[in-house]
Amino acid sequence: MSLEITLPSEREIRFTRSFAAPRPLVFDAYTRPELVRRWLLGPPGWTMPVCEIDLRVGGAYRYVWRKDPGIEMGMGGRYLEIVVPQRISCTEQFDDPWYEGEAVGTIELTESGGRTVLTHTIRYVSQAVRDAVLKTPMESGMRAGYDLLDQLLRSL
Amino acid sequence: MVQRVLSEKALSATFAALADPTRRAILARLAAGPAPVSALTEPFRMSQPAISRHLKVLERAGLISTARDAQRRPRRVEPKRVAEVSDWLERYRQSLEANFERLDALLEIMKLEQPRGESR
Repeated sequence: MSLEITLPSEREIRFTRSFAAPRPLVFDAYTRPELVRRWLLGPPGWTMPVCEIDLRVGGAYRYVWRKDPGIEMGMGGRYLEIVVPQRISCTEQFDDPWYEGEAVGTIELTESGGRTVLTHTIRYVSQAVRDAVLKTPMESGMRAGYDLLDQLLRSL
Repeated sequence: MVQRVLSEKALSATFAALADPTRRAILARLAAGPAPVSALTEPFRMSQPAISRHLKVLERAGLISTARDAQRRPRRVEPKRVAEVSDWLERYRQSLEANFERLDALLEIMKLEQPRGESR
């Protein structure tokens, strides 16, 4: 299943995607830094030099992406809820925020027949903020992507 | 870079119009064929003025229009604007899909590396 984007309420954006892998693997890919930095990248040329995850309630995470020469984008937050391997809720704030207030992201994983369905719901402080984020996907860290699948497969 | 077919203002009005579940339902109904206000009050169990208010928001966002020539002034969807919005969402979707395709590939590697029977 390819990615679906829905607007479940006035303040939320929800992404739904299924993966051909059991839930614990998807959970690990989302929470172990050495795995996260292999896929959460965006367009070619970007790397993820900082990926720190303190996976406990109240613990912090921090992501920094870099593109030479010297373009950086960082974000981070705190974990609000962790249920291994099915649910993670955390605050989300960019270093250079283009939207007001702290967003809260919740990832839920459900497994059925060896496949895992992921829903990632981001709740913003208001509808105005949510709509502003929808209008500027390029700046939101959800950058235009290119298919690096082949490259990753070649690295096997 | 994302090409913005719609202006910021138009996109804003469109998302605001689509944020309301009743308006989304009305739009879905009109996608099946044009209908006058009177034909929309019953299925949505709303008064004519309430339906008219929703229709006004949809029309201001360019998502529907009114056929002025016909006596019953049926409302109909504006396929061009609806297509612009869905194109825009599709580009947004594709930009995110790239990361998930990398994640698919990574999960395949993880499955191979995971010893059989090991799970949490």
